[in-house]
Amino acid sequence: MNRHPVILAGLILTLFAIAGSGLVAFTYWQTADRIAQNERDALLHQLHVLVPAESIDNDIISDTVTLQAPDLMGRPETLVYLGRKGGKSVAAVFTPVVPDGYSGPIKLLVAVKMNGTLGGVRVISHKETPGLGDQIEERKSDWILRFAGKSLNNPTLSHWKVKRDGGDFDQFTGATITPRSIVKAAKNTLLYFRDRGQALFERGKAPEKEKKPAADEHG
Amino acid sequence: MSEYGKLVKEGLWSNNQALVALLGLCPLLAVSNTAINGLGMGIATTVVVTLSNGTVSLIRNWVRQEVRLPVFVIIIASFVTAVELSMNAWFHELYKILGIFIPLIVTNCIIIGRAEAFASKNPVGRSLLDGLAIGIGFTLVLFTLGALREITGLGTLFTQADLMFGEGARNLTLSLGDDFKGMLLAILPPGAFIGLGFLIALKNLIDRRATQTKTVPVSAAQPEPTAG
Ligand SMILES: Cc1cc2nc3c(=O)[nH]c(=O)nc-3n(C[C@H](O)[C@H](O)[C@H](O)COP(=O)(O)O)c2cc1C
Repeated sequence: MNRHPVILAGLILTLFAIAGSGLVAFTYWQTADRIAQNERDALLHQLHVLVPAESIDNDIISDTVTLQAPDLMGRPETLVYLGRKGGKSVAAVFTPVVPDGYSGPIKLLVAVKMNGTLGGVRVISHKETPGLGDQIEERKSDWILRFAGKSLNNPTLSHWKVKRDGGDFDQFTGATITPRSIVKAAKNTLLYFRDRGQALFERGKAPEKEKKPAADEHG
Repeated sequence: MSEYGKLVKEGLWSNNQALVALLGLCPLLAVSNTAINGLGMGIATTVVVTLSNGTVSLIRNWVRQEVRLPVFVIIIASFVTAVELSMNAWFHELYKILGIFIPLIVTNCIIIGRAEAFASKNPVGRSLLDGLAIGIGFTLVLFTLGALREITGLGTLFTQADLMFGEGARNLTLSLGDDFKGMLLAILPPGAFIGLGFLIALKNLIDRRATQTKTVPVSAAQPEPTAG
């Protein structure tokens, strides 16, 4: 056995590398479409929570623009989903990143309706401490839901803070940093929208293929 | 006890990889924050360890000694990637929670450990059974620890059961009531260590009781500490 050439060992290893890659390639080929569809569905589901499916008739996932406003959005390039109905602008969903949470960046979806009120805010991902900062998750508390309907006039700009800082938004017991950072990010998105929101829809290409609302795909 | 019975008993109890060998601590501690997360990670690990045990056993006679470890690693890594893709395709929500931990199964010492210590020396049937028993033993610990941490930390049990069992399972979730806010410590990483400590102590206690009852006739039998 021991006098077998090293070639044989190499050959065996190669064989297994090929078989292993084959298995992975096969699984990938079998699952790729489904995974892409899952991701699309999940995203659409999230967008529809903020911009109800019946309020728009465009393909909101593809109708996007990218903007550069690192100061307000917390990332160099921010994707915005545009919701329209019958060619008229309905709402824009921003994807800002909160840089100043307690631990690590917090990714948000912030929907703003054309009248400048928030359609809602949701947390996509975060690394805040379980039990403290994670109250920003929808399934942990209803705190995040309270943004819906707010605007720069309600409350007034100087009240876009947590209560501890003299504003209108609750903080959590023992955790002020996380809510403070989210309130600031929501306010910044509203500020951006006030100044340049309309322009986003004109930059977006407004594809006018009549498409049924995707709601029935989801139930 | 039959040979197969012995394999099962070892995997589930006397050689439980999490409670006795203390292997696979990284996923064990990271993903055991709720019962369902623990169950999901446990099942994924069970699938991988069973498949890898079976395959390693199949090829044990013609893989040369020098290259056996790299071959095992290739096998395990391929299965893990396949499991990861499948979970992403069929259990997308659960995947989003466990996603980052699935690739870590590759580094779970239990799997390479069983390949090297058992499957490379035993026939296919026994290796498959060993993998299954070891995997289920690991899953039980993950699930129990997850349930304990979830109850003490969040005051709920089986939250997000729908991620694994579909919409119908949504109302499986039990809650201790809204007044119970939970003990933060249980959810944080130290809670996992402490919980595991309690589980190990409990197992040792049960084992000791068992030895004592067996040795009652022999007076003053020395209770043996279980292997660590
Ligand atoms: C281990 C640990 C984790 C914490 N995690 C968070 C967190 O995720 N979010 C947060 O806002 N504050 C967190 N805090 C608390 C902050 O350090 C800070 O004390 C708090 O946000 C200030 O709010 P307070 O003045 O209401 O206590 C954590 C503190 C500790 C010790």
